[in-house]
Amino acid sequence: MTGPVMLRHNRIDLALHELRAGDGPTLLCLHGLGENSALPASDVVAAWPGRIVGLDFTGHGASTVPIGGGYSCEVLMGDADVALAHTGPATVLGRGLGAYVALMIAGARPDLVRGAVLADGPGLAGGAIGIAGTPWLEPPSEATAPDRMALAELAIDRRPPDYAMGFARLSLASSELDQPLIVSAVAEPPWLEAVRAEPGVAAMSTVEAVRVLAAG
Amino acid sequence: MTALRTYPEASRPDRSWRVDAPGVDLAAYAWGEPTDPVLLLAHGGMDFAGTMDVFAPKLAAGGWQVVSWDQRGHGDSAHPMLYSWEADLRDAVTVLDSVGGGPVPVVGHSKGGGLMMALADSRPDLVTALVNLDGLPSKRNRPDVSDRERRRMLASDLGAWLDFRRRAHDAQRKPGTLEDLARRRQRLNGRLPIEWLEYLVTIGAREDADGWRWKLDPSLRFGGFGPIRPEWSLQRLPGIRVPLLGVLGLEMEEMGWGTAPADVEPWLPPGARFEVLDGVGHFVHIEQPDRMAALVLEFLS
Repeated sequence: MTGPVMLRHNRIDLALHELRAGDGPTLLCLHGLGENSALPASDVVAAWPGRIVGLDFTGHGASTVPIGGGYSCEVLMGDADVALAHTGPATVLGRGLGAYVALMIAGARPDLVRGAVLADGPGLAGGAIGIAGTPWLEPPSEATAPDRMALAELAIDRRPPDYAMGFARLSLASSELDQPLIVSAVAEPPWLEAVRAEPGVAAMSTVEAVRVLAAG
Repeated sequence: MTALRTYPEASRPDRSWRVDAPGVDLAAYAWGEPTDPVLLLAHGGMDFAGTMDVFAPKLAAGGWQVVSWDQRGHGDSAHPMLYSWEADLRDAVTVLDSVGGGPVPVVGHSKGGGLMMALADSRPDLVTALVNLDGLPSKRNRPDVSDRERRRMLASDLGAWLDFRRRAHDAQRKPGTLEDLARRRQRLNGRLPIEWLEYLVTIGAREDADGWRWKLDPSLRFGGFGPIRPEWSLQRLPGIRVPLLGVLGLEMEEMGWGTAPADVEPWLPPGARFEVLDGVGHFVHIEQPDRMAALVLEFLS
């Protein structure tokens, strides 16, 4: 495996790892909270016929670790979009936090996301879905991955179900695929329950979902 | 270089210093005697502390050391890697710590009012009184918009925001003459005199070889989407225990929040003072600095 390609998202350098070279459609993997993508492609995606790449989100893996926090899933959606600008149209497989970001980017870029698989993983749940307190966090003064502020802020970012549904409906309404959203996660956080219940959203294992989307 | 313009009654801060907040170097300022008690003053979004150059000295004349700062990405503060409401709150506390910490009275305009309200809620140990100048939220649902139209607007907002983020790393503010920048700002600050806006250019913008540019981080952009609802901060209002003064300017304008008195009244904590100003726009403290300073000083006395 060669070193990652570095992509610029505003003041952050993002690492995009080539997990498996290949021709044909691209699979973009988005990791869970606190994870990174510098791992060989797992058996879960063995059936994928083309190239497989993995993105390190801001503050994770080989991407820039900012000081002082200020994380949001919206910025991570921007990370995923910068990766798509580099790869071109891709199927997105997200674990945990990456599943939520996969949903967002599938809704925001239905022309570039050739199906999204929402899988279990760290950071799947998010925080409150309504009014909530503001935890008082003390940012570390050193930049180490995974960023402690990412771990703290993205474990509790608000994910109201109706907000998540806005992205799901955009994906369902605009994608060329019959099943652009596949939930393989077993966990049931409120945002994912809402998405799962939406007509047109499919549910199956990650391995099966990868096969279905590989077949187009 | 063009000389700093003057504006009637405007004066630059008596002191300025840098504050090393985690991840960002902030510009902090004070008007008034350093021996006077501290009052923390927060500017609005897309503004900078210099927009307080008329209002702050009037508060200082009432016996306060008025401490303010350019919020991250604004004015002479650095452009950070990330922005968030919570990061702005942490910055406010770092600035306050640089002058000995709280508890102190806090005053904020627009976004700054919202921030100070959030500070009173999340760090009640730091706040003795709260003044919110036209930064009171309202529940903004748009019942007249169909689901289909709402979806179309969201798609358009998301696409535009992501397109912008893709090129944000080499975004630059548009250069122009000092007068150009003042005129552009007047589109958002339509009720403020052009002489005031020209004065602001000489503080909030810098003169490059190809013209003047606002110092505001070019990667900052109004977004039309996000998970946070304005009504959530409204729901924090009744629980605020310190004396509260809320001010609303009723003239609608581009930068205003469109909040009506009836949106706020049910949420006011017991004993709160609520002033509704007819014929005044969003920048209540700039349109009527004497009236606002007198109101705040009387409230804090």
